Amino acid sequence: MKKIRLIIAREITSKLTNKTFLVMTFLAPLLITGFLGVMIKMTQSEKTEQKVLVIDESKLFIDKLSGNDYISLSYSKQKLEDAVEQFSDKGYTCLLWISPNIIEGGAGAIKLYYKKSPGFAFQTYIKDQMERIIYENKLRANNIDPNVISNSKQSVKLILEKVNDKGKPEEQSSFGMFGFLTGALMFFFIMMYGMMVFRSVMEEKTNRIVEVIVSSVKPFELMLGKIIGVAILGTIQFVAMGIITIVLTTTLSSIFLKDATVQLQQFETQQELVKKNGTNVNLNQLEKFDDKLELFDVLKKINKINFTEVFICFILYFIGGYLFYSSIMAAIGSAVDSEADSQQFITPVIMPLLVGYFIATKTIIDPDSNLVFWGSIIPFTSPIVMMSRITNGVPLSEILISLSLLFISFIGTTWLAAKIYRTGILMYGKKTSWKEIGKWLFYR
Amino acid sequence: MPNILQINNVTKRYSNHVALNNVSLNIPEKSVFGLLGPNGAGKTSLIRIINQITAPDKGEILFKGQKLNPSHVESIGYLPEERGLYKKMSVGEQVLYLARLKGLSKQEAKKRMAFWFEKLDMQSWQKKKIEELSKGMQQKVQFIVTVIHEPELLILDEPFSGFDPINAQLIRNEILELRKKGATVIFSTHNMGSVEELCDNIALINKSEKILDGAVKDIRKTYRSNTYKISFKGNVLGFTNNLWSGGEVLEKYTEDDIHYFTIKLQNGFTSNQLLQAALPTCEVLSFNELIPSMNDIFIMKVNEENNVVGTKSDYTE
Repeated sequence: MKKIRLIIAREITSKLTNKTFLVMTFLAPLLITGFLGVMIKMTQSEKTEQKVLVIDESKLFIDKLSGNDYISLSYSKQKLEDAVEQFSDKGYTCLLWISPNIIEGGAGAIKLYYKKSPGFAFQTYIKDQMERIIYENKLRANNIDPNVISNSKQSVKLILEKVNDKGKPEEQSSFGMFGFLTGALMFFFIMMYGMMVFRSVMEEKTNRIVEVIVSSVKPFELMLGKIIGVAILGTIQFVAMGIITIVLTTTLSSIFLKDATVQLQQFETQQELVKKNGTNVNLNQLEKFDDKLELFDVLKKINKINFTEVFICFILYFIGGYLFYSSIMAAIGSAVDSEADSQQFITPVIMPLLVGYFIATKTIIDPDSNLVFWGSIIPFTSPIVMMSRITNGVPLSEILISLSLLFISFIGTTWLAAKIYRTGILMYGKKTSWKEIGKWLFYR
Repeated sequence: MPNILQINNVTKRYSNHVALNNVSLNIPEKSVFGLLGPNGAGKTSLIRIINQITAPDKGEILFKGQKLNPSHVESIGYLPEERGLYKKMSVGEQVLYLARLKGLSKQEAKKRMAFWFEKLDMQSWQKKKIEELSKGMQQKVQFIVTVIHEPELLILDEPFSGFDPINAQLIRNEILELRKKGATVIFSTHNMGSVEELCDNIALINKSEKILDGAVKDIRKTYRSNTYKISFKGNVLGFTNNLWSGGEVLEKYTEDDIHYFTIKLQNGFTSNQLLQAALPTCEVLSFNELIPSMNDIFIMKVNEENNVVGTKSDYTE
């Protein structure tokens, strides 16, 4: 036991002083935060200021198109040719030309001239308004009051409510995307630390120091010390990364999402109001958050996530999944002489992990399917798939079964791996095959 | 002298070949023991079993009368044929780590490391990484980690291969000193020169079986073949006439009017009679018995086992 401690300590200190390891610990949270930032950014519409010069030869839209905080419109009776030449000199960002026969339709009826590409949001904004105006015009032409039409329209919202066996509602935040991300992170972590064990074993073998060491400790002790050492290291790194990420995201979100959080609260009080008072509320007095709904949705889902549960499960599944795979990786590391030979052995080990990853993508669209369920129970894929399911609310019994299966199989893989490892580390110069490894299992 | 190691009927099998077949050996305490054999004979397999890196399929090993158990690794120092150290680790950390794996306390390991570093004049290397050291320097570090826990049994697999002559000499001296202090040394080698000089006893292993063992001087005595080499000036014909049927001439040649004869004595002919045959007609310049070297015996025995016929062994003086 004392010797295993020595091996664990060496494994940890040798990596902790490694520059790449330290850089990685700080870089990964930056990447994660950046990724989250980009995701949130994408839900928000762009706000580039647009000054639009409109030449409306149909006279249909004059003073009817409206701007907003960052879009302003002015009308002109200039000739198109002159306007095209001059609009940007006069400080306009683009020129909207509407043909006289727009109401009859036809391609090229409206043209937007620009120097710097106008955003998609802006284009939709203008297009929607014009379509609405034409639509109302045509209705009036047929003596139909547009208000009748719009009052007859009603939007329907589909509210999902999961119930348990007793028919009671169950708290659920079906944030598939978040689940998938934690699953993907698990895939990445297991791979990374598994490879770390693989390299560490192979390094000792190719350095030829391994024979000196196994003359002092049992090969099994060496392998176990290594695996435990990297596990501790991984947990330290994960916690460090977690803390850095949390600090980074909270600081950044308090800066960049401050408005959004306040607005979300406003939005929620408004919704409460509408729920309580029904249509008696003057809807026009309420602030409109149409362009923010998507962001609110994400924020609401994030708020609903039980981070403690996710965190604890992540650590448990990481340890289980890592132990399960790292012992196999150790066995492979012992069997090869160089990284070049290792590919044929590593690929079959990564396959089940990849399968887990693909099942995790399925959780986004179909979290309660059989495939996802079994994927989260079977040890080969359970760490990844269960993590992707966890935000959808998984019964504790399923988590316990899946975790126990994982840890029991870890004992199995370690037992097998130890047999391969013991022989493998002392085999040099021979190209190893699966058949050969199979024979090693039966050596004394 | 009691045996530090008793190897009884050890057999080790791998899937497609037998590495050791029913090998028994006794290794006396405080001696230098040579484990000889061609490459692939099974020497390293035996050493790994003694080091408890692998287990035998059959047979047992007693260390000082006790069945070999994990606590014994602390009494054994092992220098494998394939040597290596952690390249990125500093010399000091590395020596401490390996010493503590052999059961030394941190303080004790530090003390002994200081002793060895001073002895081999390498204090200034302590902070250096192994990859920054020359091959020769690395070899010294490797030797220190083998002996730092003062093992009672030292196992050296091909200790002189890969070491430069200066380090080889250094190690030779250290080995003799360790023996003087009471350690037993097992050498595995096919370098016969070192065997004659250092070993008290040997065992010869070929094709996974022991084919010869015993004290070096006894073995050489057994393999004496009553062969002498004589050189003289003068009448060759007179000499051969006098010799008559007393000896068979194995080799003869002449250089600068000096005649060299290698003669195997027969029919109870003695060395004195051989000299008397020469004295009347010739001026004798040199005369000595040719005792087979371990190298000769090694080649002879191995060829015998492998049924190679017609290979003439060379005799050295």
